[in-house]
Amino acid sequence: MTLTYDIVGGDFTRAGHPSSEVKKVLKQLGIDARTIKSIVIALYEAEVNVVAHAYRGKATIMIDDTKITMLLEDEGPGIPDINLAMQEGYSTASKEVRDMGFGAGMGLPNIKKNTDELLIESEVGKGTTVKMVNFFK
Amino acid sequence: MKIKEIAALLNADVVCGADGLEREIDKGYSSDLMSDVLTLDTENMVLLTGLSNLQTIRTAEMADVQCIVFVRNKRATPEMVKLACENGMCILESPLSMFRSSGLLFQAGLKPVY
Repeated sequence: MTLTYDIVGGDFTRAGHPSSEVKKVLKQLGIDARTIKSIVIALYEAEVNVVAHAYRGKATIMIDDTKITMLLEDEGPGIPDINLAMQEGYSTASKEVRDMGFGAGMGLPNIKKNTDELLIESEVGKGTTVKMVNFFK
Repeated sequence: MKIKEIAALLNADVVCGADGLEREIDKGYSSDLMSDVLTLDTENMVLLTGLSNLQTIRTAEMADVQCIVFVRNKRATPEMVKLACENGMCILESPLSMFRSSGLLFQAGLKPVY
């Protein structure tokens, strides 16, 4: 099963819609609650990152019998130093993003905590691709 | 502690999820930073917050938080209430400050997340 969603940069009203739909699908598939929670928190954090930092993006969610693969590709400023971005507390978020309750520099570390595999590729001035994989227990 | 006891202690209005008032809550967490809420690994928890926007509800949805108290007279918008109802959440609105709300619940025996 493959699900795709467009994500609009700066539009916080829609952030979380894909995560919400994925949560419902995983529930229907009978995946255990803890696994679902990790998956949707990682996806939601990644969605918020695209909304907060990029111009536009796309989420592609692939589900098979053993795992979920979540690919978030955005067109945006990119991440100059991924190691730095992975550090807890490091943030380049705007005041608007912070006013929404995010932008504390905890998103990427929390994605790492909640995923089995995480791959981030980024090109400055072009965009960022985040690939997350979680295996069903 | 039941959600209806939380509502009574905090002099709070129930704006959504009145049928869930008998639900038992084990722990409480107070934060305006949703990034912190998303790092928790806790079940049956009430979230006390003064941050009232759609992402507060989305955060609760992802983190399996079933009860949110908006403190210091913050109100949930109709759009927030709708999303919360769809997800079977209980939404309370209290005129008390976050500090006072947290203190009252703690005093009454509600456990902190950490």
